[in-house]
Amino acid sequence: MSARRVVITGLEVLAPGGVGAKNFWSLLSEGRTATRGITFFDPAPFRSRVAAEIDFDPYEHGLTPQEVRRMDRAAQFAVVAARGAVADSGIEFAGLDPYRTGVTIGSAVGATMGLDEEYRVVSDGGRLALVDHAYAAPHLYDHLVPSSFATEVAWAVGAEGPATVVSTGCTSGIDSVGYAAELIREGAVDIMIAGSSDAPISPITMACFDAIKATTPRHDDPAHASRPFDGTRNGFVLGEGAAVFVLEELDSARRRGAHIYAEIAGYATRSNAYHMTGLRPDGAEMAEAIRVALDEARLPGEAVDYINAHGSGTKQNDRHETAAFKRSLGAHAYRTPVSSIKSMVGHSLGAIGSIEIAASVLAMEYDVVPPTANLHTPDPECDLDYVPLDARDQLVDTVLTVGSGFGGFQSAMVLAEPERKQV
Amino acid sequence: MSTATVVVTGLGVASPTGLGTGEHWAATLEGRSGIRRLTRFDPSGYPAKLAGEITGFTAEEHLPGRLIPQTDRMTRLALAAADWALADAGVRPDELASFDMGVVTASASGGFEFGQNELRKLWSQGSQYVSAYQSFAWFYAVNSGQISIRNGMKGPSGVVVSDQAGGLDAVAQARRLIRKGTRLVVSGGVDASLCPWGWVAQLAGGRLSTSEDPARAYLPFDRDACGYVPGEGGAILILEAAEAARERGAHSYGEIAGYGATFDPRPGSGRPSGLRKAVELALADAGAQPADVDVVFADAAGDLDLDRAEADALVQVFGARGVPVSCPKTMTGRLYSGAAPLDLATALLALRDGIVPATVNVKLSPEYDIDVVVDQPRHLGLRTALVLARGYGGFNSALVLRAPAPR
Amino acid sequence: MSADPFTLDDLKHILLEAAGAEEGVDLGGDVLDTEFTALGYESLALLETGSRIERTYGIALDDDLLTDALTPRVLIDSVNELLTVSRTV
Repeated sequence: MSARRVVITGLEVLAPGGVGAKNFWSLLSEGRTATRGITFFDPAPFRSRVAAEIDFDPYEHGLTPQEVRRMDRAAQFAVVAARGAVADSGIEFAGLDPYRTGVTIGSAVGATMGLDEEYRVVSDGGRLALVDHAYAAPHLYDHLVPSSFATEVAWAVGAEGPATVVSTGCTSGIDSVGYAAELIREGAVDIMIAGSSDAPISPITMACFDAIKATTPRHDDPAHASRPFDGTRNGFVLGEGAAVFVLEELDSARRRGAHIYAEIAGYATRSNAYHMTGLRPDGAEMAEAIRVALDEARLPGEAVDYINAHGSGTKQNDRHETAAFKRSLGAHAYRTPVSSIKSMVGHSLGAIGSIEIAASVLAMEYDVVPPTANLHTPDPECDLDYVPLDARDQLVDTVLTVGSGFGGFQSAMVLAEPERKQV
Repeated sequence: MSTATVVVTGLGVASPTGLGTGEHWAATLEGRSGIRRLTRFDPSGYPAKLAGEITGFTAEEHLPGRLIPQTDRMTRLALAAADWALADAGVRPDELASFDMGVVTASASGGFEFGQNELRKLWSQGSQYVSAYQSFAWFYAVNSGQISIRNGMKGPSGVVVSDQAGGLDAVAQARRLIRKGTRLVVSGGVDASLCPWGWVAQLAGGRLSTSEDPARAYLPFDRDACGYVPGEGGAILILEAAEAARERGAHSYGEIAGYGATFDPRPGSGRPSGLRKAVELALADAGAQPADVDVVFADAAGDLDLDRAEADALVQVFGARGVPVSCPKTMTGRLYSGAAPLDLATALLALRDGIVPATVNVKLSPEYDIDVVVDQPRHLGLRTALVLARGYGGFNSALVLRAPAPR
Repeated sequence: MSADPFTLDDLKHILLEAAGAEEGVDLGGDVLDTEFTALGYESLALLETGSRIERTYGIALDDDLLTDALTPRVLIDSVNELLTVSRTV
């Protein structure tokens, strides 16, 4: 079997609670939460007033004034994370064929923050239907079409191979990495800078989730507002962030003596073809994605040591997902620790899938399963081992991470030690 | 990696040149342009006033009433085009296994007009006026999601955003999924952001033509090139494994034979554009030599520097005047994620009928040593077509189509 | 705010605007006790309908009201109850 295998050799995370993979992992392993009352704008008119915000100063992370002006916050996250991931991988691009390095950045809502701000200005607070171009920011086109995120990352790392933004709603962060891995497997490229970024904490996003009551109104206790799998859960907490990885073909990574975090052993996505926002309780399509991802990894369900759940904390999601795990893994689902880091870092839409891949990879790295914070009240419909409150020391060689998104997308990825036994 | 042959078995076109493949192809051959002064809103206060608008599309005639309040115009067009494409392919989705069908579309700006209306409510009336549908109606994944729901397609799906190159990237991803075992994938792209907010954002790109004469506004490869006219619409294509299509006796328009994509170096790096490399990769992937290519559908930016870069790439690969080049975009304007899928549809029709459509309004600049087909369509035996697409910021994609083997 | 009660006709009007018409469902028939799901309106359509009612009548519906099992009669009664309260306070 000469199939090309794909491994992660570098990563960087920007998540609420502190920029950088180190800060991210301390937050998770200590079970701390980074959700808080919204500070970006006055949240008083909104039903949900909680979010997981990042204290982020782009200048501290090496962006120039012109880059800051040009890029939406999510693009800034993507560039900082991409540079960090490349530095972490130790890869030297000098001497490599730039056409053999590509870029995929996932994002659900693109430059939402920039668009919201710019619309407010060109419409003069919503007053003008014929919005005024004289007040438009010069780089508004980069907000219009979020492929600019891939552009910025390609420029930042000097990649000249295939580049794109993958935008499948809340599974974008998994699908972007899955897409990238496929490009390496088929031989089109040797290296991919892959990940995702979203910065959706703006009035328009809060308003649209208010309208469907998807976000939690628990603003009296923001630090404990995100309660995946808990009986008192009543919606998700919006977050923001980015995670970017360096993906390489296994043999060439070994040849250059790279540190290998994990192999992207299997990936699949399916659609529920049911509803743009609703989920059937049986989780059949997510279960199918899990089954196919395991099949691609040539691993049995019993090999899964840890499930990094989507766990958004909405009533329907956590039930749907629990059903999907049982449906795909059978009895093993009850023996496997499952946790949702959204309890700590919120739900950053298209970014969270990559941030959760990072959490999964770090769980393998440190042999620690991150907990589900804020889980005190059992829900009879969610009856698996969700690792409540405290991280758990445990050997972690194989992780299943999943995502579920508006549009009906259900994605699953299997991350494994490359030296694992294959069946 | 499987290299199974993937063919196009159905086309659905929603274009300024017509609704449906027949209307579009007839207008294209007659050189009837869909570019005119904007009617959707009053453009008189803006520096650019022309667009390729789709006229005569009444969503209620094509879609169930329940879908209307929750969809942007681009989604309505995409859903209708998907219906037409499936019908053209003779596919009834309810007769196939749901996990065997996927949807991969490209998007550029999402449902921008829907977003505009909700942003206006937010800032003028208050957050409680924002629609429940805003959570998905404007986002980039909406067309793939809605097409999959409407047609019960549960297989692997996806959405790519690479500005105007995305349409080819989506089709390439669809081919990948079929080669990994999915029976049928609905692909392509439709964009429509001809609303004041979309207009202002497009103006910021700095490349819109400010000419008010529809015959002089968008002139790729002309000495008078002065930017582009944007449009709305695109095409949806049905892709299938050739073997599966043959088994069910389906008609094939042609094969997705090769694909390549690159990204231009950072401005100021001194390195050349990656367009030539993308073409070479696509040809290599198709197992084709430059001499095998019978016609090129150009990206046709209508910008002096970008036209120069494209002409150079074509001359480098095919030699001076080495291959006929067509720019049917001159009749529609640039449709963002819909542009390349529409060019694919047009190219497949060209292969079918052995006719290269003419580029309208353009007087080829003598500076470019390329053979742009102008004035009249050219009748030729065609077997292989190359479609090029570039996206703002540096995206280059190239896709090779091959006519079905003669029976 | 009008002093008239909220009627089935008012509801139908808002429903059609908020969520469109389901094919094959006649809202002109006797639908008062038919669940919204059977009329083709799922939770999202009801949320949009609910928020339009809230804005039009200046009331706040209970968060748990807009479930799939809701019928037009229950919704209309709840709206009228809230309208009475808001007029008396």
